Amino acid sequence: MSLLRRNIPLLASVAVYAALYVGASLAYHHFCSLRVLINLFEENAPLGLTAVGMTFVILAGGIDLSVGSVMALCSIVIAVLIEQHGWHPLAALALALGLSTLLGTGMGCIIHYLQIAPFIVTLAGMFFARGLALIISVEPVPIRAAGHAWLGGLGIPLTGQLDIPITALVFLGALFVAAYVTVLTPIGRSVYALGGDEEAALLMGLRIGRTKVFVYTVSGFCSGLAGVLFTLYQSAGNPSAGVGMELDAIAAVVVGGTLLTGGVGGVCGTLIGVLIFGTIQTAIIFDGRLSSWWTRVAIGTLLLLFVLLQRALTSATGRRKAQHVSG
Amino acid sequence: MTKQTPLALWRRPTFWPVALLALLWLLNAALTPNFARIEVRDGRLFGSLIDVIHRGAPVMLLAVGMTLVIAMRGIDLSVGSVMAMAGAVAAQLIAVHDAPLAVVVAVPLVVAAAAGLWNGLLVTLAGMQPIVATLILLVAGRGVAQLITGGQITTFERPAFQFLGTGALLGVPFTLWLVAGVTLLVGALLRLTPLGLYVESIGGNERAARLAGVRVRAIKVAGYVLTGLCAGLAGLIATADIKAADVSNCGLYIELDAILAVVLGGTSLSGGRARMVGALAGALIMQTLTTTMLMRGIGQEYALVIKAVVALLVCLIYTPRFRGALQRLVGREVHAA
Repeated sequence: MSLLRRNIPLLASVAVYAALYVGASLAYHHFCSLRVLINLFEENAPLGLTAVGMTFVILAGGIDLSVGSVMALCSIVIAVLIEQHGWHPLAALALALGLSTLLGTGMGCIIHYLQIAPFIVTLAGMFFARGLALIISVEPVPIRAAGHAWLGGLGIPLTGQLDIPITALVFLGALFVAAYVTVLTPIGRSVYALGGDEEAALLMGLRIGRTKVFVYTVSGFCSGLAGVLFTLYQSAGNPSAGVGMELDAIAAVVVGGTLLTGGVGGVCGTLIGVLIFGTIQTAIIFDGRLSSWWTRVAIGTLLLLFVLLQRALTSATGRRKAQHVSG
Repeated sequence: MTKQTPLALWRRPTFWPVALLALLWLLNAALTPNFARIEVRDGRLFGSLIDVIHRGAPVMLLAVGMTLVIAMRGIDLSVGSVMAMAGAVAAQLIAVHDAPLAVVVAVPLVVAAAAGLWNGLLVTLAGMQPIVATLILLVAGRGVAQLITGGQITTFERPAFQFLGTGALLGVPFTLWLVAGVTLLVGALLRLTPLGLYVESIGGNERAARLAGVRVRAIKVAGYVLTGLCAGLAGLIATADIKAADVSNCGLYIELDAILAVVLGGTSLSGGRARMVGALAGALIMQTLTTTMLMRGIGQEYALVIKAVVALLVCLIYTPRFRGALQRLVGREVHAA
């Protein structure tokens, strides 16, 4: 695909986001304000992080259904360690991140070395993590430790009253790192190669196994970080958080222009996908008359349109290639 | 026809899931008091085993449809949402419109079949990956169901409809009759007509099947419609059981149970094999695990972890690598003997 064609889905997502934002700003008073924009980032930071991890996995041609459960597991581990075992917040965060990364690595190893379908392995991972979270605590655990609250209150002051909160900063930071890794490092390029054509990547001498385990490890780490942000934003750990989040994350990735077959797309698109998701949600809250369930319907419709668009683009390219070969 | 040597019992495809189920039941009968006891009360059977089958009915129904779809190298993630939609429509018809029973049963089934048709058309005509195509309805379907009920839990009283979920016929729960009926019908279609061969050939090699004259698209669409219908029926049962359409919980996560049941039953996710009996056994294995935990006072949360481990182990048994290792092991024993 040419550079322009390849980026049409991304451009389409940007156009949809711009239209949504302008439309909502015109329709609702006070929508177009810095505060709403910052809130958008803050509220959707956990979803955004899981979506960033999911982007790696989908680019490599896999899928990770465990992200929501792993996020919930991390949040409850942090909450219980701080509140009931008196751990220092930073130590608790580190342990939770390590745990989630390990879970991701484990799933990646099972997928690669035992050759079980990613769908099934991460599905089992989802049950496993959710079960562990509920075993640790069935009820949500509020976090009252001063150190944790201090961490959650950090931010870069923007104007007199407004801060860019730490959750939004971490989300943006993760995006930058992810964009750098996917575009400019060898392992990132081999993620694309793996998703584009596994056999070709293998024949080129890329280390398929390492790359596969890498993407699930990244996804596990990102879900863990999402759990950390969840505790910072909600000041609590919740074992039932993030039910259905894996689907929102996949939807955000696809709406952001990443092909579900792998190999095409990127984390910048995922940012747009998450923003579209958040904007629809915020607009529906601003409206006040619409049921919040319209969010689901709207996201489903957008998903449909984007997949159809991708389909049209890829099949057009396929036809041209065929003509080229026969001509 | 050449005479085929009968396969060794343990090599038959449905042997493993059925054996695992039997083992679970035997262990339970030995370890859990009253598990195996079945008694007749008010002219109907009661007992843990009956309860396992009754509670497992929705997943078994879904597994029947899902087996076909997976055998054709597809997947249907939307079954839970379709259940919620069918339940919402049925509850609304009773509570708001006071519709006659035939309408209350027929309209939700039509809605569910339409949902299946939608999935099938997206997969065949639009050429989408099944995961994505059915993901759309999974995301949007529950939203639509919420809009149908207006975000409320619609409750109703209609004994004739509740019979679907709680009634008994000849002493046996009506849900069991439904599952048996659907399984026999679909099983007969698969084994007594060429349809079964077509389905497995599509999963095995779609291009070859098309070139051999199999109407791939029509059969695929039919598979998704059937899965939709099964989901609709499961939704009606779940709704009738609790006398309410609880849209946010009806069939939540059940697609995963159904897929696991099918995989446990020996239907490979890479298509080409349809093992319906195995899938039913798979569904019962999951339900037995859940019921056992409840009876022994172990929380639902442990059930999740154990389900995950069991699913992975069973998948491991089906992987070629593990099979090869196993066969080498068995072969060595034969040589030694």
